Amino acid sequence: MSEAADPARFDWRRLRAMMRKELAQILRDPSTFLIALAMPLLLLFLFGYAVSLDTAGTRLALGMGDDSNAGPAPAASHRASPHRDVEISRNREGARRQMIGDKVRGMIVIPQDFGRTVKAGRMPTVQMVTDGSQPNTAIFVANYAQGIFQSWAANEGLPGAAAKTPQVELSARFWYNPGLKSRYFLVPGSIAIVMTMIGTLLTALVVAREWERGTMEAIMATPVTMAEFIASKILPYYLLALASMSLCTVIAVTAFGLPFRGSLLALYLLASAFLMPALGLGLFISSATKNQFVASQMALIVSFLPTFLLSGFLYEISSMPVPIQALSYAVPARYLIPSLQTLFLTGDIWAHFLPNIAIMLGFGFLFFFLSFRVTRRSLD
Amino acid sequence: MQRLRAIIVKEIWALLRDPKARTVLVVPPLIQLFIFTFATTLDVRNVDIAVLDRSAGTHSAELVQRIAGSPNFRHIRYLRSSDELHRAIDRQEVIAALVIEEGFDRALDRGQPTQVGLVLDGRRSNAAQIVAGYLSLITAQMGAEAAPQVQGGVEVTNWLNPSLDYIWFTLPALIVIIVSIAGLAITSQTVSREREMGTFDQLLVSPLRVHEILIGKIVPPFLVGAFNGTLYLVVAQLVFGIPFTGSLLLFFPALFAYLLALIGLGLFVSALSMTQQQSFLGSFVATTPLIMLSGYASPIENMPGWLQTVTYLDPARYFLVIVQGQFLKGMPAIDVLHQTWPLVLIAFATLSASAWLFRSRME
Repeated sequence: MSEAADPARFDWRRLRAMMRKELAQILRDPSTFLIALAMPLLLLFLFGYAVSLDTAGTRLALGMGDDSNAGPAPAASHRASPHRDVEISRNREGARRQMIGDKVRGMIVIPQDFGRTVKAGRMPTVQMVTDGSQPNTAIFVANYAQGIFQSWAANEGLPGAAAKTPQVELSARFWYNPGLKSRYFLVPGSIAIVMTMIGTLLTALVVAREWERGTMEAIMATPVTMAEFIASKILPYYLLALASMSLCTVIAVTAFGLPFRGSLLALYLLASAFLMPALGLGLFISSATKNQFVASQMALIVSFLPTFLLSGFLYEISSMPVPIQALSYAVPARYLIPSLQTLFLTGDIWAHFLPNIAIMLGFGFLFFFLSFRVTRRSLD
Repeated sequence: MQRLRAIIVKEIWALLRDPKARTVLVVPPLIQLFIFTFATTLDVRNVDIAVLDRSAGTHSAELVQRIAGSPNFRHIRYLRSSDELHRAIDRQEVIAALVIEEGFDRALDRGQPTQVGLVLDGRRSNAAQIVAGYLSLITAQMGAEAAPQVQGGVEVTNWLNPSLDYIWFTLPALIVIIVSIAGLAITSQTVSREREMGTFDQLLVSPLRVHEILIGKIVPPFLVGAFNGTLYLVVAQLVFGIPFTGSLLLFFPALFAYLLALIGLGLFVSALSMTQQQSFLGSFVATTPLIMLSGYASPIENMPGWLQTVTYLDPARYFLVIVQGQFLKGMPAIDVLHQTWPLVLIAFATLSASAWLFRSRME
């Protein structure tokens, strides 16, 4: 009977059977589709529309201390600029109340002697008061006001304005994203998040459920070996994650107009390399916790949130305090997201990809090794 | 009343029985608060930039010195050719490269205005824009010192947070976010776990009424949320030194209303799911738009108009304004009430929707 497999050896037939069971489980549960299909669409949609760091819609207040005709001029320029609402109020207190009530983000105060100064041909001073509780918007608003004021002063031919044109002018060019669309770097990042969800969150939940329900012991009692068991858990979710990633890529390019300057080979290599640590971590969490609630919370904290916050996706790693920068080196997505952004916007830069792939695979081995050990120990 | 007390005690035990689960309720959110407070800065500091100096004169050297002296930049790499520049940007070794052309020193010596080129990595367009801002300030200063000083211009004052300390913005916002993540995750598990374990049927055959079961499910996550919220409030002031200028009498009712709105949402998800996996993933799918549309990730006024309308349904939107207002702005009662009544309305809507779903799924 050559058919009878040696229980200690890796057997493809057993693996196939296990995988069929796993696939049936995936296909039966609507929540899998929710996470593999609906969630990527939702994320892409939110990153495509909801997260915009362009301050076109910021509302400002204008406090007028002057009735002369020259006063309204910068205000008018303000209103002429697209999208921005300017509310004119006669006193500072009213504007302050609006700022506290979260109605405006800044206030421009035109002083009493504004008209006289302009008539005398001198450069007037206006005050820009910003809402510091939103530091980013405050900086944008202050720069914006300065820009408007300068161009107004130059238009009026005020003496200071000419001298303010800088001696050394900086001409900036943004490579690979000349339109400065934040979507261009957010969408590749959200693809990494989708893969984290399927790789780590879903896997952690599924395996923790086997432990919680006791079906794990049932599997252990069968001749299935450890390697077969792990492979049967990993492969279906690996394929699911790749499918979801492909869907995201297609939507990113077709619906969101992202360029795709790299190659598909590089995309799948990078994705596969990233899925190793993602899946390994999911397995490790589930084997270490054996409880769906704890596993889900752990997966959220050690995998999903770091992917969001410590990967350089939304926040610059170099600006973080040193201990947190050190922590970010342990987040596999840190190596994936810049590569994905490069792949979409620049092209195949293998000198950039290969070290990242190597590091991600290294993390993958580490997590698989750890989950092997934890699972084996808990069997005894 | 006795039945109600019994079920509440039972639910609290169910939540706190497992020591691992007990730890998960308080410790990780607190760690998140610390790590994410420091991590989520939109400042750009310690970045590396490159310089391609084709002029190699005293003025260009001075410009590079000024950049090196700025605390925003860490290393300056000197490049020799545009090939090197290409490579440094492509591999993301630097975020920006300054290109000083040959005529730079000559032009400045003759007192003519001149240009400096700057190539930035558009893959990180946000950070790159900020870096461009820093550099243009430095180059402008360099030119301005030659020109006579003039009076007038725009004087900028920042109210409420004079030094624009980023943490003053992040920490209050993180309180909202962490309360939301934890609150939804805990609530959504309650019903589905019992369903999966089969103990839900036992509850149904007990003499408990539906509303009693529901109240029993609401109380524990409410207590955990209130505890965590209070803890963060204290940590924000004592550890991070964020001023709390509002009133606790306004903060707590808003927190309670927000928690009820969240719990209603969590229960709805829980009643909808048959397994814990479904409820966890469901709550996850609910949390994402809740946070992204709250105005934390980016201001609501930057979103397209139709999406701004959608954000009115997001309870986190109102609570975020309240928390930030209570911390930094000393927001008066009338403004807080203006943000609280939608929360009460949403809480009422989500709780009744989940009660209805609960009832209809029991038959």
